[in-house]
Amino acid sequence: MQLEYFLLTAAALFCIGVYGLVSSRNVIRVLMSIELMLNAVNLNLMAFSNYLDPVGINGQVFAVFVISIAAAEAAVGLAIVLSIYRNRDTVDMEQFNLLKW
Amino acid sequence: MTLAEGVQLVAFGILTAMTLGGALGVVLLDNIVYSAFLLGGVFTSMAGLYILLNAGFVAAAQVLVYVGAVNVLILFGIMLVNKEQEFTPIKQAWVGKVATGGVCVGLFALLTASVLNTPWAISAEVPTGEMATVVIGIHFFTDYLLPFELASVLLLIALIGAIVLARREFIPDVAPGEPASEALQLPERPRELVSSVPGSEPGR
Repeated sequence: MQLEYFLLTAAALFCIGVYGLVSSRNVIRVLMSIELMLNAVNLNLMAFSNYLDPVGINGQVFAVFVISIAAAEAAVGLAIVLSIYRNRDTVDMEQFNLLKW
Repeated sequence: MTLAEGVQLVAFGILTAMTLGGALGVVLLDNIVYSAFLLGGVFTSMAGLYILLNAGFVAAAQVLVYVGAVNVLILFGIMLVNKEQEFTPIKQAWVGKVATGGVCVGLFALLTASVLNTPWAISAEVPTGEMATVVIGIHFFTDYLLPFELASVLLLIALIGAIVLARREFIPDVAPGEPASEALQLPERPRELVSSVPGSEPGR
């Protein structure tokens, strides 16, 4: 097993997440793409932790922090989505122009 | 990890295929409920990849937090915001998609080149393996103590913030035929004032 395999997998996952983040029109799908990107970063951290720092495993500690922050982010993000949906009655990203000049 | 090299490679191939296929499904499928369930599959196979990387504790945390909490939260969000609407088509939407796809492929090529060309300083030490949980605990309570406490405060803030953002405003119900007074239309007004308005029953 090689470090590069995991890094390439994480890179592919991150690129898929970026594509979904930019091109999706449903807000929930945008949140899911953010979760995909966070998972790709986590996989990178774990691969580095296993191959470059196998005794200290600082990467695993970082991954646990990222997981907890991601949970908080998902909760607040979905709350914002619910609140916007209640006000605007849509889930279309193109119609959310509240902060656009 | 005491598995043979071939077993590890096959497991890695299967888990990678599940992860990337599921991720493509999440992004590309039309039905968002399918996307949410595929996201659960992606999270689960990521936990398998973590186990391949000698990280049992983080794999368990991944299954508990991501599959058990985040994915269920997203499913609840879909149920609450379930609106069958056709998005109004935008002119030349394909230009944006093609440009985004090009940028993503370029980013992937860039990352691939940098990953393959970097001489990684692979450590020859034996991985911590089964003792990883103990080592993580020692890290949390010694050199990562402040981030650990800050993370707990941040989770509390996110909890309260999510409740405040998502809860409905207090809307008093007005009896039919009774004109809605001005006081009842101010959502910030406390309940005592609402119940003391003449004409409305106390304790409502």
